[in-house]
Amino acid sequence: MKLNEISSRTSEWFGGSGPLADVVISSRVRLARNLAGFQFLSRCSTSQKTQILEKLKAAVMALDLGDEVFYVGIDKAAVLDRDLLVERHLISRHHAHAKGPRGVVIANREFFTAMINEEDHLRIQVFKAGMRLQECWEQISKIDDMIEQKVDYAFNPRYGYLTACPTNVGTGIRVSVMLHLPALRMAGQIEKFFNAAKSMNLAVRGLFGEGTEAIGDFYQLSNQVTLGVSEDEIVGEFTNSIIPKIVEYENLARDQLLVKQPDLLDDKTSRAIGLLRNAHLISSQEALFLLSHLRMGVNMKRISNVSIPVINELFMLTQPAHLQLNSGKKLEPTGRDRLRAEIIRSRLNKY
Amino acid sequence: MQCQCCKNNTATIHLTEISDGHRSEMHLCELCAQKQGLTVKTQIPLNELLSTLLSAQTQPQADSPDAEKSSCPHCGITFREFRKKSLLGCPEDYDVFEQSLLPIIQNSHEGGTAHCGKVPSGASGQTKKQTELLALRRELKVAVREENYEAAAELRDKINRLLEAEK
Repeated sequence: MKLNEISSRTSEWFGGSGPLADVVISSRVRLARNLAGFQFLSRCSTSQKTQILEKLKAAVMALDLGDEVFYVGIDKAAVLDRDLLVERHLISRHHAHAKGPRGVVIANREFFTAMINEEDHLRIQVFKAGMRLQECWEQISKIDDMIEQKVDYAFNPRYGYLTACPTNVGTGIRVSVMLHLPALRMAGQIEKFFNAAKSMNLAVRGLFGEGTEAIGDFYQLSNQVTLGVSEDEIVGEFTNSIIPKIVEYENLARDQLLVKQPDLLDDKTSRAIGLLRNAHLISSQEALFLLSHLRMGVNMKRISNVSIPVINELFMLTQPAHLQLNSGKKLEPTGRDRLRAEIIRSRLNKY
Repeated sequence: MQCQCCKNNTATIHLTEISDGHRSEMHLCELCAQKQGLTVKTQIPLNELLSTLLSAQTQPQADSPDAEKSSCPHCGITFREFRKKSLLGCPEDYDVFEQSLLPIIQNSHEGGTAHCGKVPSGASGQTKKQTELLALRRELKVAVREENYEAAAELRDKINRLLEAEK
């Protein structure tokens, strides 16, 4: 599998299916692990990093995952290729910009990646579309067991899996759920969501774009506590209480919009589709913003002739690195805005 | 109390400002407060917050002035260096700097100080048992708190069986 083969399609986890898919885009569980007998990366020489990389790469590439895997050497990869992997959530921004020997093993269907030499020696993750954290956890735990047959992890009975940063120590688990919450935002209730998350010690980040800013009402909610609670407890709390509550609030806000402000709702969604179908230059920020409204309109059955998979595909393919790799050339911002508008027009005017 | 701004919703945010000895009050609903930019929106990533807190603590703890400068015999990192980046140098640091690390660990994990999750299958039987015991004791605590005595009794039996086996 080559990167230019995956750049023209949507990731499986972004397919728009799965439980609670109207609100929950996808689920992800990541585990942080380090090899016993090696120092953490900040104290490793280049040759030690190479040794770790080779050892873990061999162990992960040999796993039987029920899918082919491929490896990308991030330190040797072109900038656009790294950006593509970040846009597809296959590697972190930190991994893309760090220094020294490092890489990623990716399953062809993109449900699994293993970042080697990120902040920890190994960070493995499983993604699934919709609200399927439990399945993600079961699968990643099995993969973790298989890797552990081949290497020794740094583990201590008191502190669990030892990580470079003490904020990840213990289970080393990070569960994340990507949410689309346009109605909560329109109803002016999004602050409540932020505050509730904060009080439960959960982190909220934007799903797209740089840093923590959320564009297009997409949020990623994750746990921060990793010590003193088990993986099952964390996954269980997300699955049984936190996420169902948020979904309930978002759906309530959607129902209220329909009852109290149907004109406002239809105005937003119709303007979105109007602009998207006619614009000739569109920035990635504007596209995310409008596609988010369009997604809400389709999910709330106010717009009928556009499908969610088409919208999701546009989210993915109109990101800067995707545009450039798929067109086969480096593009300046204006060129990207033109091409982005062209792709969106052609997809949405088919209907 | 009604919101002073929209005069419609209930005021839930109450602001008291004292400047030059003059006191003024404002009562707003959430929506109006948000419009005026009064609510805190940004979420600082934990790592960032941790390093800010750590570097703000310029005074080393009174009882451990040497702990700041002493280095780990395995990787050579000092606790001061850890404070700068919030990254440890090697797995042994958890033992070497245990005293200084513990408050930071507790802070980041809602008071949690002991692992009670998955254990590598390659870990020694003793380690597995210790972790299992910890998890069972935690569950027992919850069961007692929730007055679920049936589950508590079962858990207590399980703990006893594990301890028996140890003898």
